[in-house]
Amino acid sequence: MTPFTYARAQDAQTAIQLAGAAPAARYLGGGTNLVDLMRETIETPDALVDVTGLSQAIEARDDGSILIGAAVKNTALAAHRAVRQHFPLLSRAILAGASGQIRNMATVGGNILQRTRCLYFYDDAARCNKRSPGAGCDAREGFNRMNAILGASDACSATHPSDMCVALAALDATLHLAGAEGTRRIKLVELHRLPDDQPDIETILRPHELITAVELPALPFAARSTYRKVRDRASYAFALVSAAAALDVAADGTIRDVRLALGGVAPKPWRAFKAEAMLRGAPATAAAFRTAAEAELAEAVGLSGNSFKIELAKRVITATLTELAGGVA
Amino acid sequence: MRFIVNGQHVEAVFDLRTSLLDLLRDHLGLSGSKKGCNQGACGACTVLVDGERINACLALAVQYQDRAINTVEGLSEPGALHPLQSAFLEHDGFQCGYCTPGQLCSAIAMAAELSRGVPSAVTVDLAAETIALSHDELRERMSGNLCRCGAYNGIVEAITETFSPQKSAQEAA
Ligand SMILES: Cc1cc2nc3c(=O)[nH]c(=O)nc-3n(C[C@H](O)[C@H](O)[C@H](O)COP(=O)(O)OP(=O)(O)OC[C@H]3O[C@@H](n4cnc5c(N)ncnc54)[C@H](O)[C@@H]3O)c2cc1C
Ligand code: FES
Ligand code: FES
Repeated sequence: MTPFTYARAQDAQTAIQLAGAAPAARYLGGGTNLVDLMRETIETPDALVDVTGLSQAIEARDDGSILIGAAVKNTALAAHRAVRQHFPLLSRAILAGASGQIRNMATVGGNILQRTRCLYFYDDAARCNKRSPGAGCDAREGFNRMNAILGASDACSATHPSDMCVALAALDATLHLAGAEGTRRIKLVELHRLPDDQPDIETILRPHELITAVELPALPFAARSTYRKVRDRASYAFALVSAAAALDVAADGTIRDVRLALGGVAPKPWRAFKAEAMLRGAPATAAAFRTAAEAELAEAVGLSGNSFKIELAKRVITATLTELAGGVA
Repeated sequence: MRFIVNGQHVEAVFDLRTSLLDLLRDHLGLSGSKKGCNQGACGACTVLVDGERINACLALAVQYQDRAINTVEGLSEPGALHPLQSAFLEHDGFQCGYCTPGQLCSAIAMAAELSRGVPSAVTVDLAAETIALSHDELRERMSGNLCRCGAYNGIVEAITETFSPQKSAQEAA
């Protein structure tokens, strides 16, 4: 690790000021990703601003929305009664990630801004366009089982590894941001960029912009929702493919509304807008789910070691929605 | 900087880059917590902070000033064993023992999470007020602690006997 200064902020204004005073400052949540990357000298901040003292409140409002402070721990969010009751897909997505220990440390803000687990990003003997722009990419011909099939570019196929964010994308969560230029709100699905030829620029955040809270708009039908994750071992592994979904089926069996997002397949939490649009008004049948899945994956491109994910993603989508529709999958 | 380790107030001077694990082992002489992977992947370094389990290898020590940290050394009085430690002995919950301090701390906090009603990835009913320590629940909740020797059967038996004695008796019958 390279040396750094450390300061703790109890509020957003102080955090932004502290970060603004050092050119390469980083906010520090639970440190479960940042400390690891600093140890590998992939991240070399000159200052750490500890933001675990920011709001840890979870506010379930009368209108059905929930406001979540950025410093809320992953365990606390997954265990919260209102989240379990009204947004079970979010509890399930968080609980499907990492381990009990890591979920106790990890914050909501840090989870959203965690970096890819692409092996070549972590290995500084390898070429990686994300780590060193223009260096090339060893994942293309290398071990790319975990890499993206949607939204990738020639320059980079690294995935965004978060489970929680897949549920947040399905729920159309809003992020509250604060920075030197004031506060603003953006949708979580707008936060992460696709790599194109600049994979080192991962989000639309401005320098030292802070996530202060995450807001879940009310979505009554999300009470019927779930998260399904397929991985190489039963627990404590990143997703090969995952799906977060909520389904609202009318009495006559047609789909009134649906939310669907995918994990493990793209450089960002992948909201399946195409599949959702096809499904609204369609019958809630496995055949319709499969057709929508085919459409969502139509532009998927496999690499040497991850083409299996294209069919896997279709099956995961179909199985997840079939389960929510009351069928067995 | 001040810390509360196993109930004792301690002062330590260290480089800011020091992890909580290195602080405990190298500065405070508490070598019970182990360094397996040093990257969050094995659980050998699991300690308790205010009763919650964390991976000390991923924690910068500076972040845990003034917090109550408990390690395997603090689970029982010197010369005595925590009931879970006795159960590990009885059920052969280890071979080399390298993962054991982490397993012990993790299991104790895991049982506390369960009694608070924290769900897991295998909890069928998220609305449930109480969750029983089934075989599946136990294995899922302990998945952050690997054992290279594969002593899992003994580990599961020891934890079951300690935290779900009824179930353990049923299985024995
Ligand atoms: C062994 C292992 C297995 C894992 N498995 C999974 C898994 O299966 N699924 C999964 O989803 N995740 C998994 N993770 C990743 C884990 O979820 C993340 O490391 C964690 O969520 C990061 O949160 P943190 O608070 O520790 O972030 P930190 O490491 O503290 O920070 C991460 C990034 O976020 C920035 N940041 C933090 N807070 C803010 C804020 N409020 N505003 C702006 N920027 C901020 C930091 O500057 C840093 O760049 C795993 C991690 C490990 C080590
Ligand atoms: S040493 Fe900390 S998890 Fe392996
Ligand atoms: S007993 Fe050897 S690693 Fe678990």
